[in-house]
Amino acid sequence: MALGTMSAQITDFANRADPYPLYAALRKSPVTRQDDGTYLVSTYYEVRSLANDPRLSNDLRNRAPGAGGPAVAEEDTNLPPSFLFHDPPEHDRLRNTTMRPFGPPHSPRFLHDMRDDIAEIITGLLDALEGKDEVDVVEDFAYPLPVTAICRILGVPREDEPRFHGWADTVASGLDPSQGKEKAQEARRELGAYLSDLIEAKRRHPGSGILGSLAQETGSNGSMSTAELVSTSMLLLIAGHETTVNLIGNATLTLLRHPDILKRFQTEPGLVVPLVEEVLRYEPPVQFIPFTAALSDIDIAGTTIPKGAQVWLLLASANRDPKRFEDPDRFDPDREDNQHLGFYTGIHYCFGAPLARMEAQLALPLLFRRIKNPRLTADPPPYRANPVLRGPHHLPVAIDGLAA
Amino acid sequence: MSADADVQALRRKGRIVVVGASLAGLRAAETLRDLGFTGSLTLIGDEPYEPYDRPPLSKQVLLGMEPAEDTALPRKRDIDAEWRLGAAAASLDRAAEHVRLVNGDAVPYDRLLITTGTKARPWLHPEEAALDGVFVLRTRDDSARLSRKLAAGPRRVLVIGAGFTGSEIASVCRERDVEVTVAERAPAPLVGALGEVVAAAAARLQRDHGVDLRCGVSVTALEGDQAGRLRRAHLSDGSAIDVDVAVVSLGAIRNTEWLAGSGLAAGPRGVACDAGCRVFDVNGIVTDDIYAAGDVARSPHPLFGYQFLSLEHWGNAVEQAQVAAHNMVSTGPDRRPHLWVPMFWSVQFGVNIKSVGVPTMGDQLVIAQGALAEGRFVAVYGYRGRVIAAASFDSGKWLGFYQQQIETGASFPPDYAMVDRRTDALQPVDPAFPDPHLPTHEPTVTLTGHSPTERGVQFTAPRA
Repeated sequence: MALGTMSAQITDFANRADPYPLYAALRKSPVTRQDDGTYLVSTYYEVRSLANDPRLSNDLRNRAPGAGGPAVAEEDTNLPPSFLFHDPPEHDRLRNTTMRPFGPPHSPRFLHDMRDDIAEIITGLLDALEGKDEVDVVEDFAYPLPVTAICRILGVPREDEPRFHGWADTVASGLDPSQGKEKAQEARRELGAYLSDLIEAKRRHPGSGILGSLAQETGSNGSMSTAELVSTSMLLLIAGHETTVNLIGNATLTLLRHPDILKRFQTEPGLVVPLVEEVLRYEPPVQFIPFTAALSDIDIAGTTIPKGAQVWLLLASANRDPKRFEDPDRFDPDREDNQHLGFYTGIHYCFGAPLARMEAQLALPLLFRRIKNPRLTADPPPYRANPVLRGPHHLPVAIDGLAA
Repeated sequence: MSADADVQALRRKGRIVVVGASLAGLRAAETLRDLGFTGSLTLIGDEPYEPYDRPPLSKQVLLGMEPAEDTALPRKRDIDAEWRLGAAAASLDRAAEHVRLVNGDAVPYDRLLITTGTKARPWLHPEEAALDGVFVLRTRDDSARLSRKLAAGPRRVLVIGAGFTGSEIASVCRERDVEVTVAERAPAPLVGALGEVVAAAAARLQRDHGVDLRCGVSVTALEGDQAGRLRRAHLSDGSAIDVDVAVVSLGAIRNTEWLAGSGLAAGPRGVACDAGCRVFDVNGIVTDDIYAAGDVARSPHPLFGYQFLSLEHWGNAVEQAQVAAHNMVSTGPDRRPHLWVPMFWSVQFGVNIKSVGVPTMGDQLVIAQGALAEGRFVAVYGYRGRVIAAASFDSGKWLGFYQQQIETGASFPPDYAMVDRRTDALQPVDPAFPDPHLPTHEPTVTLTGHSPTERGVQFTAPRA
């Protein structure tokens, strides 16, 4: 289906490197109706309000037929949707069950206990750069780190990664509203089959990682079905592949574009905590949420979004709203009260946020301590096709070797 | 001198005294320094400790997960203050503009902030309250003592009163595998705050977790052995339970005794102040140099019929302290109103309970999302056709939405489609709050004097 004018521009690859002027134009009116009946929401307070509004549904079955807007890959396969595409109560049941082995209150130390492992992965990746004078920060670092980490966290064998790498990319492309869904659905089926076999094996031999614990939760008295666990693990695996890579890639790119801040960061590694938050505001890895639907008419900012309409929440635009952030186009790690929407807000707030923060906070200081005199060799770098999960495809950086 | 010049001088070299060195007092002091106040700042506290955080005292500390001394509040900045800790304020002399401490010291002020908070309501009979094994829970020391007692493995704990603190204590007992009886005069726990309809879910929660919950009864006597140790409690239904620990959790009383005779509108219900935190005198005339914030303050809220609300909520203490601090060093037009929408939370029996608005004003209630029977729901309270409050069990993330509904005076019931709505037609019910017409133990005021110059108001102590 053809997209509305502005949505087509946002998804247009030509605008991938710098979508921010489009967002600025959109913010002239907080809520904009597209010709296809989709509503784009671009301002901070309106995005935040709608993300927390129980009249908006993430359940794809709630979109009115013919209301316009693209399909999403999670429809029309024999697998149930993951919790991202469910509303409560199913959403809460699935998400809470998944949280049990991953975080508080049941597993408050799980992530903390992964820290040393993740630091070790980072050191290994950096050591491998020895002898190079040009590195691809995405290919060599930002991609393999979260992939190795999510495999370890889930308990997915790292050696299978080449098999599901392509599937994960293709399934994620299903989030791109401008793309067809057939390939994504096929990849979803294949990745699903792989994960089903893995979960079956985990039921007998749980091993380490949360899939082993969750496999024990499935079954007749369990809190999720096997098919639901397959969908859930696919969501986590893909999120682990497609989001943190952009956080680290965007952070590296932004730092190289701001030499003063980079210089300060190299002598002040503690700056990484507010710096990562500012990257999440300034260049969020998830740019917008294109799949929510209104369950009833919603009056907002002088507009009525009608029941059944599809609503896009433009997180990256909200993060640059001058009504909320002073001088929003300035990258400023010292920004106070930086309540960005980079991890979304409300019940669908990023499940992996604490993991993403930990990875980025460990990775960036080590990266910039080790690589000597880094320079961007392509600005803008080549971007990934995906407009939702946005980030550089490659990030070539010239260096003067590696510090010990 | 103009008011502007006065305030400029005050900001430079004035003397600000904060009575009450807890959350509100600390945050106010930090805000004053943030605003560029360079004069002298004195914090007076009755406890020997620097400001600490209270929510963990009935949760992590009681569970033994965190030592009581690790609850110090994080500092947002250096406040360069003189600390008078362990010396409570004894009285206020407005004419002399000083606070008198229990040790006799007089601390003079140009601006005074009252953040003395509350204390636990003690057990009615002092000789029974003195028995070994009878506790209240308000301070760090209370929590450390009770935590040690729970760790020693008492046979049975009696919790007297099932408000939020009492319910959290019962929850901790069960988590520590300690047998616990809860005695509550009302028909269910949390009735006073949330009404009977929602409270029924709280009662089920307690019973499902093995609490011996006894509602509609009160404790008539605590009995000790010859060594002065608690051994038995007697209930109004004629029964008796053998217990070695009793925790009196009958709510809080505001720390205003030290203001008796000060001429301020201060009493057991708190210190009355305007929306800008300026304290009223007993005649209902606003002062300009005395402010109040936190649990001890009562101020009118425009969203709730300009009722004087006193809110024992953590977030309120922070916000009101900041508003008070700002107004203390600002002139008229720059002053800000305290417009915080009441919000509190509790964790008990693994469930997050959260509330926004003023449920007790509700005349009707609907379960807008989830289901009472599942213990996961949002109850929305209406008052004369408008949304006035919402309370959630394990659904707290929706309350921001209901806060907006309250702030915009949205109509009640919320009859639109939304996620997790269970019934198509919402049937509003009476939330069933306790009868407000029951006599209270509060003092009254009487008008005195005849001529316009001597006409005034006097507090009259409650009749026993």
